[in-house]
Amino acid sequence: MSEETKQSSLTKMTPHELTQIVAGHEELFVLDVRNETEFNDWKIEGENIEIINIPYFDLLDGIDPALDRIPDHKRLLVVCAKEGSSQYIGEQIAETGRENIYYLEGGMKLWSEHLEPVKVGELQSGGEIYQFVRMGKGCLSYMVLSEDEAVVIDTARLIQPYIDIAKKHNVQIKHVLDTHLHADHISGGRDLSQAAGASYWLPPKDADEVTYPYNQLVENEDLLIGNGKVKVHPIYSPGHTIGSTSFLIDDQYLLTGDILFIASIGRPDLAGKAEDWVSDLRNSLYELYGNLPEQLVVLPAHFGQVTELDDQGKVSAKLGDLFSHNPGLNMADEIEFRKTVTENLPPQPNAYQEIRQTNMGRINPDEEQQREMEMGPNRCAVHDK
Amino acid sequence: MNADKVLDAKGLACPMPIVRTKKAIEELQTGQILEVQSTDKGSKNDLTGWANSTGHQLLENREENGIYTFWIKKK
Repeated sequence: MSEETKQSSLTKMTPHELTQIVAGHEELFVLDVRNETEFNDWKIEGENIEIINIPYFDLLDGIDPALDRIPDHKRLLVVCAKEGSSQYIGEQIAETGRENIYYLEGGMKLWSEHLEPVKVGELQSGGEIYQFVRMGKGCLSYMVLSEDEAVVIDTARLIQPYIDIAKKHNVQIKHVLDTHLHADHISGGRDLSQAAGASYWLPPKDADEVTYPYNQLVENEDLLIGNGKVKVHPIYSPGHTIGSTSFLIDDQYLLTGDILFIASIGRPDLAGKAEDWVSDLRNSLYELYGNLPEQLVVLPAHFGQVTELDDQGKVSAKLGDLFSHNPGLNMADEIEFRKTVTENLPPQPNAYQEIRQTNMGRINPDEEQQREMEMGPNRCAVHDK
Repeated sequence: MNADKVLDAKGLACPMPIVRTKKAIEELQTGQILEVQSTDKGSKNDLTGWANSTGHQLLENREENGIYTFWIKKK
């Protein structure tokens, strides 16, 4: 390699490429140059990812303090809030002759928004189901496709990835659903339904205060796609919110929203009613889900840690396995359960009150504000730290 | 507040507001005050962090119509 190419060896890494590294449990060394507060609040995580924080403003006199702490043999990714500072620092590191130096395209902002579609499986009645993994924030949303129709569940704020997949498979998005009124991210449900000419559905008990028209999700009133072949069956399962609704799809997949996750269960306090909703939550988990077939594939609306991702980069588990391993489903004692879901909970998601207001249509922040509100982890599970 | 020098960093993206601030403060004497104007939202946290780690004193900051103004006293 010539001296010249060596000097310009800083390479862009896209959020898609970083997702592949995280999902593939590949090794990566990350130098996060944001300030300490932002770093401590939220950072890139992965099983084989080693990460250090040195704010870029501490490296303005020279990058030696960083070089001392970066191992020679590893791939290095420099990240910052948006991108500029990571390029600034990354270029200086690359100029020392080190190789395998990357910066993260769009920084933590883009990382927080990136959606990675992963195919979950086939439908027995014909069709397929995709999970959209928002790696940076731990949000999961879904698209079910059959023949020339599709339904989208728990849409993320930025809707282009759903439109792209629909176009690629030549399907029309017919219905857009939210399992509940979200508190950790701004729903793209209304936007997507408008863009695609689809109908938008919400659980009515979560929609008391919404300012826009919507269709009411009612238990046992199935939505159909694929010319009537594929059933989306709503099951009323309150506890995270009073309206929380699960969907049984194709008698095979159980979309649990924020009630049941892979390693934890939903928290009942984000709408301010923890004490009131504890028994609803317990009933939904232990009675309602407890009586469903064990072989159902659980597809939640969040993950808490990247270890919940499987080798293909998706998050799912058999309901029966969760009843054996998930700590939230293994608390026989009701008092212990009540304590777990109401006391010592992790901090609430960033700006969760404003996010709820936005999802009700009561406030209309601009795009930059919406992006800021959504920064950080989802924190919707009781065991998230 | 009376500043000995005013740095216009409006329109600049991270890391430039801090890079310029560092340069500007190097040209001042101890005790003199630098006023920095920036439109970069991240400036507030980053300037606070930078002041903490360098020992310069962030005397005051203000936000008006999307413009962030900071007064920093050189150590």
